[in-house]
Amino acid sequence: MNHSKTLFVLLAFAGLALYPLMAGNYGIDLVTKMMVYAIFALSLELLVGTTGLICFGQAAFFGIGAYAAVLLPAQTDAPSLLWLLPACVLAAALYALAVGALSLRTKGAYFIMVTLAFAQMAYYVVHDTPLGGGTDGIYLTLKPVLGTLIDLDKPLVLYGFTLLMLVGVFGFLALLARSRFGRALAGIRVNEQRMRATGFSTYPYKLAAFVISGGIAGLAGFLFAVKDGFVNPEMMSWHLSGAVLIMIILGGLGHLRGALVGAFAFALLQEFFKSEAVFGDFARHWHLGLGLSIIASVVLLPRGLVGLPGQLRARLVGRSNLQGVRHEAV
Amino acid sequence: MDLSIFLIQCLNALQYGLLLFLVASGLTLIFGIMGVINLAHGSFYMIGAYMAYALAPVVGSTFGGGFFATLAVGVVLAVLLGYVLEWAFFSFLYEREHLQQVLMTYGLILVFEELRSLLVGDEVHGVEVPAFLAGTLPLGELMTYPVYRLFVSGVCLVLALGMYLIFTRTRLGMMIRAGSTNREMVQSLGIDIKFLYRVVFAAGLGVAVLAGMVAAPVSSVYPGMGDSVLIICFVIVVIGGIGSIRGALLAALLIGFVDTFGKVFLPQAAGVLVYVLMALILLWKPDGLFKAG
Repeated sequence: MNHSKTLFVLLAFAGLALYPLMAGNYGIDLVTKMMVYAIFALSLELLVGTTGLICFGQAAFFGIGAYAAVLLPAQTDAPSLLWLLPACVLAAALYALAVGALSLRTKGAYFIMVTLAFAQMAYYVVHDTPLGGGTDGIYLTLKPVLGTLIDLDKPLVLYGFTLLMLVGVFGFLALLARSRFGRALAGIRVNEQRMRATGFSTYPYKLAAFVISGGIAGLAGFLFAVKDGFVNPEMMSWHLSGAVLIMIILGGLGHLRGALVGAFAFALLQEFFKSEAVFGDFARHWHLGLGLSIIASVVLLPRGLVGLPGQLRARLVGRSNLQGVRHEAV
Repeated sequence: MDLSIFLIQCLNALQYGLLLFLVASGLTLIFGIMGVINLAHGSFYMIGAYMAYALAPVVGSTFGGGFFATLAVGVVLAVLLGYVLEWAFFSFLYEREHLQQVLMTYGLILVFEELRSLLVGDEVHGVEVPAFLAGTLPLGELMTYPVYRLFVSGVCLVLALGMYLIFTRTRLGMMIRAGSTNREMVQSLGIDIKFLYRVVFAAGLGVAVLAGMVAAPVSSVYPGMGDSVLIICFVIVVIGGIGSIRGALLAALLIGFVDTFGKVFLPQAAGVLVYVLMALILLWKPDGLFKAG
């Protein structure tokens, strides 16, 4: 990673840390949501960007983390963060283990469809059974606490905690990319045949990446449930799986900061098209604008927002050769 | 369980399975031949159902009405739509990665859903069964069965048979089969592959629209109806083996029976059964029942 990129990430995190000083309640809530999306997007980036596995069912892990946050605690005391958070991550990771073990037997387009179908299965479990409260969802009455120090019911505390988690996940994934394990994943993305020929048994590596990714998505789901104090089956819908894929593509695949940028850009785009101040009554149809911008970004931004400066530079200098820009770590 | 109820459920399952086969066959053909994962395929089914609802009065006032006239107008519109969509969106996707196909077609779903909402609103509508297909038919001594459902099964069977004949007996079918196996070779033999793709795409879309149109009186039309069909069709394509029409038929019938009888015997778990079936089949055969190519 060269210095300008490190600087960009550090500045971004510093900006997020300072943001509450000048923001109101709405802003805090919005940026908390964006950071949760960013964690969610980072989880998928590990699979798609690093390992080359296109998972279209990421929302299931997100949703399981969220439902676990509501279903696991007894409804009498505010649950302790100390056990609830790991439990939610573990629940999502366990489902990822089961789904991954099966779906990684398949490849390519099969993998995309199978992960989608398994996510849909989780969706129907919470949608159709009494366990998940059906379409109405469930309220989270008591938000988790850690002693008297951290009370996630307070928006500012939740903001700080989410930022901490985001920095932690980013750092963890950046370290992972540099480790032997991360190199092996990158090798699998580039050429799985060759990795196998050099003596790597690729299946356990892919499965490990899948489980880690599921766990991180579960963490994002936990935070989202705590933020809204509410879960419903839509958190597992395949529209969310599609949305998170779009975040990482929009940001730029193959870069951790791409997932960061993409999550923020996507949330802003969503806010923009939903805004009644801009679109009036038409804001109800915000999916239309979102859909069209997704199509436009596929056509116009093949390397995502992170690749935009390079794309512009190349246009100005008149070079068309941008190979090698795409897949570098962080 | 009563024998007559059992038989009625069998017929329902058959009808549902055949209908799913029509939609899934387009999905698997477009993937098998053009290499495009089309998430918007379920939207075509939805568009068909809404056409059945919206076109009937229009066709009634301009062409004097009639069920078959409505179907014909719908299919013509579908083919036109297929031509435009292929030219405007899908022709860019052939050389792209799966990921970009998934994204663009996902964007298209959002656009179709909102256009539907703008044009016909978000209410659930019922579509009337045409008068000459209304009522029930006695089957043997035991039971009666709705005529329209038999008609749906009949249409699906005729279409499936027609597709089979085109596929195996005609020059076009030969080109399609060759195109799915070796694109470059077909192209270098002087066959216009772009035209071939356009035909396959328009046909796939037309069949999905027709399926939606004939299904509308049975299932009624509602927002998001394309999504559930799409995902079931993915399961069918995965179980059957990508690109395999035979596999799609077998898998669609299997899903039709599992889903229909699941709803009768295990209503709480019916939504999940299909996916359990998929998991079991994938454990046994990761490439699906019939691997194409």
